[in-house]
Amino acid sequence: MITNFFEGIGAYAMLMSKVFRRPDRWIIFYRALLQEIRLLGLDSIGIVAVLSVFMGAVVTIQTALNLSDPLIPAYYIAIATRESITLEFSPTVVSLILAGKVGSNIASSLGTMRVSEQIDALEVMGVNSANFLILPKIVAQLLFNPILIILSIALGLWGGYMAGGALGLISFTDTLIGYRMEFMPFYTFYALIKTVAYAFIIGSISAYCGYTVKGGAVEVGVASTNAVVRSCLAIILANYVLTDLILNA
Amino acid sequence: MIQVKGIYKQFGENQVLKGVDVDFIPGKTNLIIGRSGSGKTVFLKTILGLYDPDQGSIHYGDEVLGEMTKERRMLLRQELGMVFQGGALFDSMTVAANIRFPLEMFSNMTEHQKDERVSFVMDRVRLQGSGDMFPSEISGGMQKRVSIARAISMNPKYLFCDEPNSGLDPETAIVIDQLIQELTHEFNMTTIVNTHDMNSVLEIGDHVVFMKDGYKVWEGTNNEVLGSTNADVEEYVFKSKLFKQVRVALRK
Repeated sequence: MITNFFEGIGAYAMLMSKVFRRPDRWIIFYRALLQEIRLLGLDSIGIVAVLSVFMGAVVTIQTALNLSDPLIPAYYIAIATRESITLEFSPTVVSLILAGKVGSNIASSLGTMRVSEQIDALEVMGVNSANFLILPKIVAQLLFNPILIILSIALGLWGGYMAGGALGLISFTDTLIGYRMEFMPFYTFYALIKTVAYAFIIGSISAYCGYTVKGGAVEVGVASTNAVVRSCLAIILANYVLTDLILNA
Repeated sequence: MIQVKGIYKQFGENQVLKGVDVDFIPGKTNLIIGRSGSGKTVFLKTILGLYDPDQGSIHYGDEVLGEMTKERRMLLRQELGMVFQGGALFDSMTVAANIRFPLEMFSNMTEHQKDERVSFVMDRVRLQGSGDMFPSEISGGMQKRVSIARAISMNPKYLFCDEPNSGLDPETAIVIDQLIQELTHEFNMTTIVNTHDMNSVLEIGDHVVFMKDGYKVWEGTNNEVLGSTNADVEEYVFKSKLFKQVRVALRK
């Protein structure tokens, strides 16, 4: 098992060394990049929006219930909600959801191309198939996931604002005061650093799982599951490492 | 000319190729025949460079495939066309985009020249009017023709076909065989076809190589294959009722 793990790490590193090369044709790369941004990024806006609004609402309700003390000012609920959403919920939870949606898409599409010999066809033509197929997917995520996370933070805060006010847990005015009070821009920067790291993890691990499939339809399904599981585990591990390095340094 | 000298290939414990030597005849249709599992596809993919042989060498003209630099190997691959067993068409692209793809990647043609080339190749494989369709919208025979069109779009020196008429009805299979032979002669390509279809062997086999259990057992022409005294070839060729009757007729 340990040997397999290190063999996997080696194969992953070798694949990445093939991916990060200069594209054969920049114009074709840009076209593929736009297509991937649409497929992996724009098509994820809906799920990210719904998830974020309700996540913000739930965080506000739970925080309000835990801080229901007359000695604690109401706007503290909004401060706690803001920090929770910015530091953890939006970058990490949304990335875990994206690992499921985008990761399985990447692994299954590459796996299908592998078992139907489309990747072999590219190789026979002299195309660096890893670079041609995987680089646009990773770059699309590196560029677009930060946008998704900023959107998620905004919608999460809006969800918390609406839920807190509508349920009478915290007034709209106190929420706005709390959201603005002691705001640290660095926390947003920290969230974006995590997002970029997660985007690379999702893109590269899922691509590795799909690109190296051997067999048929069953193996493509297994690769898709592996892509999600491994990406999620790597995100959780990276979350711990990055938090310790950036916030605890 | 492609020469294969003593190649061996093993996957895990399974020794697939056991020292195969073949000289493929330039400008002709070379057929590799044998039962399923005889090593034909691995042999073809090894010649193409998709698998590295464990021993032996593959010569393209004066150059040895295994000794080429990465850059030279990439350039060589642009001289190769390949028709895969399942077509291997890019299913997210239309028929025309599939055929145009190698031109987009590797040629310095203008857009107009690319359009003309795609149109010429589509005409040549009788695919007029299908350019805007997707691979999932066309028949198996048409998919094979698109695959052939894509393979010859860059005007390659070498054309490889892995069971090009598998899964096709006999009439369409003959059309595909004849198309491959016509294109081979018209563009003076060296064509190597993997097949286990005896009709193809008799129809287009300028040079036939018979493989069994990873060995080359026999080679000759389509005219010689029916008269071969090799026991393995005889067993393979005259397995079906039809060919048993052919043998009886030949002996009369």
